[in-house]
Amino acid sequence: MKPRARQPNYRIRLYVVAMFLVLATTGLVGKAVAVQILGKEFYQREGDARHLRDIKITALRGMIVDRNGEPLAVSTPVDSLWAHPGELLAEGSERLPELAGALDISLEVLTQRLAQRADKEFVFLKRHMNPADADEVLALEIPGVHKQREFRRYYPAGEALAHIIGYTDIDDRGQEGLELAFEDWLAGKPGVKRVVQDRRGQRIADVELIRAAEPGKTLELSVDRRIQYLAYRELKAAMLEHRASSGTVVVIDVPTGEILAMVNQPSYNPNARARERGEAVRNRAATDVFEPGSVIKTFTVAAALESGAVTPQTVIDTTPGQIQVSGGYTIKDIHSYGRLDIGGILTKSSNVGAIKLAQQISDEQLYDMYRRFGFGAATGSGFPGESHGVLPDYRRWRPVEKLSISYGYGLSVTALQLANAYAALGNGGRLRQPTFVKGGANPDDAIIDPALAGTLLGMLENIVGPGGTAGRASVPYYRVGGKTGTSRRAGGGGYQQSRYISAFGGLAPTSAPRLACVVVIHEPQAGAYFGGLVAAPVFGRVMGGALRLLDVPPDSPLVVRAAMTAEEEIAAAAESVGEPVLP
Amino acid sequence: MKLEVRLSRLGSTLWRMLAPTRVDVPLLLALGLLAALSLAVVWSASGQDTDMLMRQAMRFGLGFTLLAIAMRIPPGAWRRWTPWFYSACMLLLVAVAALGEGKGAQRWLDLGFVRFQPSELMKLGLPMMLAWHFHDRVLPPSLPAFLVALAWIAAPAALIAIQPDLGTSILVSASGLFVVFLAGLRWSWIVALGVTGLASSPLVWHFMHDYQKQRVLNFLDPEADPLKSGWQTIQSKIAVGSGGLEGKGWSQGTQSQLEFLPERHTDFVLAVYSEEFGWIGVAVLMLLYAFVVGRTLWIAANARDTFGRLVAGSFALTFFIYVLVNSAMVTGMMPVKGVPLPLISYGGTSAVSLLLAFGIVMAIHAHRR
Repeated sequence: MKPRARQPNYRIRLYVVAMFLVLATTGLVGKAVAVQILGKEFYQREGDARHLRDIKITALRGMIVDRNGEPLAVSTPVDSLWAHPGELLAEGSERLPELAGALDISLEVLTQRLAQRADKEFVFLKRHMNPADADEVLALEIPGVHKQREFRRYYPAGEALAHIIGYTDIDDRGQEGLELAFEDWLAGKPGVKRVVQDRRGQRIADVELIRAAEPGKTLELSVDRRIQYLAYRELKAAMLEHRASSGTVVVIDVPTGEILAMVNQPSYNPNARARERGEAVRNRAATDVFEPGSVIKTFTVAAALESGAVTPQTVIDTTPGQIQVSGGYTIKDIHSYGRLDIGGILTKSSNVGAIKLAQQISDEQLYDMYRRFGFGAATGSGFPGESHGVLPDYRRWRPVEKLSISYGYGLSVTALQLANAYAALGNGGRLRQPTFVKGGANPDDAIIDPALAGTLLGMLENIVGPGGTAGRASVPYYRVGGKTGTSRRAGGGGYQQSRYISAFGGLAPTSAPRLACVVVIHEPQAGAYFGGLVAAPVFGRVMGGALRLLDVPPDSPLVVRAAMTAEEEIAAAAESVGEPVLP
Repeated sequence: MKLEVRLSRLGSTLWRMLAPTRVDVPLLLALGLLAALSLAVVWSASGQDTDMLMRQAMRFGLGFTLLAIAMRIPPGAWRRWTPWFYSACMLLLVAVAALGEGKGAQRWLDLGFVRFQPSELMKLGLPMMLAWHFHDRVLPPSLPAFLVALAWIAAPAALIAIQPDLGTSILVSASGLFVVFLAGLRWSWIVALGVTGLASSPLVWHFMHDYQKQRVLNFLDPEADPLKSGWQTIQSKIAVGSGGLEGKGWSQGTQSQLEFLPERHTDFVLAVYSEEFGWIGVAVLMLLYAFVVGRTLWIAANARDTFGRLVAGSFALTFFIYVLVNSAMVTGMMPVKGVPLPLISYGGTSAVSLLLAFGIVMAIHAHRR
């Protein structure tokens, strides 16, 4: 063994090695100091960012109920299945056919959806499932498949209330109607909780509740579901009977301006998915305008009486049942009514009479009266997309325009505006903004003298009586007043010969008006088209039912209308459709 | 040599194995402590998996048994058996190349009853072979002796590199080069070797597999692609750093328990340990390692002959290089590669072969001057 001589060399090398060892160990521990002590906060924050997640807690959306507490829109818990695409593709790819089967979707759709979001951490597999069905899929224990609690909106009243209430989207946000208008009230505030989750997104534990979810508040509507159903049923029956294209009924509580019913046809099922709603989704009562025709004459008469140019007793000669106006137009009545007092002009719905009244007042006087009753401006109901209607400024009227407007052409209104105007008449000449909220009565404004309102009410009552155009609007045991309207419907390319709008606006009981109601039926195709024949009967039935439902005391003995033949009925209801004098 | 001479030598070896042995108790205690730490961390990192804990415990059982046997075999016998051992390791490496298995690279050999990595055994076989080579030569070695030594190193290194497992190949080569270094290689030659190594690195890059290049690139900029390859390094650094001074507590590490950390119980076990036991735990572990390495070097310095000195010395350095590389990897200072943390990582071949190595060290200690 000679290496002994070499021992010093070996020793030196050992010391070199030992030095290296000490240095390296020091380096390692120093690195640990840098990372673990100096870098601690940074790395802890980074770590937290990976495993702590702030999760939204979905807030329960508030219920919508009618004025008697009946549920109209209710949220129920449902489960939505989602996947972590990366994890599902990596660890569960061979189970995709099984998953597609359980979800009842095709394998191609599933793989495509996953492939599109392969680099993300979240994709919905199927939303709004029955919780039991969702649990069944979860029970397969396919990696990367998770569930999430969501809420789905149900509308027990279905079609009948669809337009007022509207609907929410799949994320529970209001999209239409009052669901949209009262979004903030109904939605509530989602909560936040902090959870620990592992790399796969699996929640391991709840750490803390950062903010509890604040459920949405219940919205109590002014609507009475019973009256709504009644109006819906009667409107639908009339639509079928007259083969009409669309229709609207609005019922307003006169003393408060609360909307008790608002129905439209066609309607839709808000519980069905939003594929084929299209046109049916419009709340025509608030969003669609039409030229009202004779139903507006009430306010022409109001303007004439208020101006002092005429009194109720003034007699107007409407002979020969037609009148020449500037521009070479001739406006006709159905036949010559001869000499009519002011009320008679309304009772017979004489266009000639209306024109002669308008000729006695200024443009401004007529325009101002219409404006005061709310035409040409939104009613303030707050319904999303409510229309203002069209009432041109009188300063830009052509000479013939005042005359045209006096019998209901050249302006357009919504059914809601019309109903609110009639409600103001019944409210002693005080207009208020209508409301959809129970107890949400708005302050009212005097727009005409109460005595004048009373006078007009009396005239309206006569229209429903013998010799008037609206006999079929009468309600047993109640005094009813209202005005018919029959107008040509403007369409693409101008007014159309056989397309009519039948309207009726009125009040009951006239001794102390409680309800105002407007019925508008577009394009009746079954022969009859006068407002007195198409709209007035619907008014009569809805008003009769509503008065009884609300226990409104009767104010009249039973008045039995004289039996009339069909021809006599038509003759009684006949009114001039009127010729629009404007192109 | 005649058969009867061989048999009588074997007989005397077996006889001497029965003799009372001087055990290095401090070293044994340190190893036992490391094994205990390993079981604690594996329990935590495996997500409290009893099966894995039991398997690891059985490996330590086997390892310490081998250690107990190996320490009773005189170094002289070890030296005589070394060429056979080296040849066996080479054969196994060839077998791996022919019919090995593993993910991405063929590193494992399945003998039916046991699966292991022959490259781990070579970390013992190669230094022993070189120690045998230098044992009765004039030191420092002559150029021919040096070149032969390089050949002994190059053969297994090449076989491991084609698995492909460049990391292990480099570490195995290192274990051999340590012997050459300790044997008294001239400093000028060492410099020449280093320069050659550096100069050949572009060549090495050229022959590297794409995933190996990727590792190197990740190391240079781990944040570049945090979702894919740099993921491990980032998660691992977060685990280490968020442990702080005192750690989050046993089985309380969020990075590991929530499975953000890859290879938790094997290569990245140090990240789990650091997260849960903090800087204090790391310091304790490093001191423990330093003690084991230092003690082994002390044994080497006091070895009776060149063989013992070179073997023990290179074992100590190889062991320490493993600690160094693994720690550097976990803290993002080195490209990720499959280097376990000695005696702590979950895994059989490494733990068993390391304990066998310490058995040989113990034998050298028992037969010291």
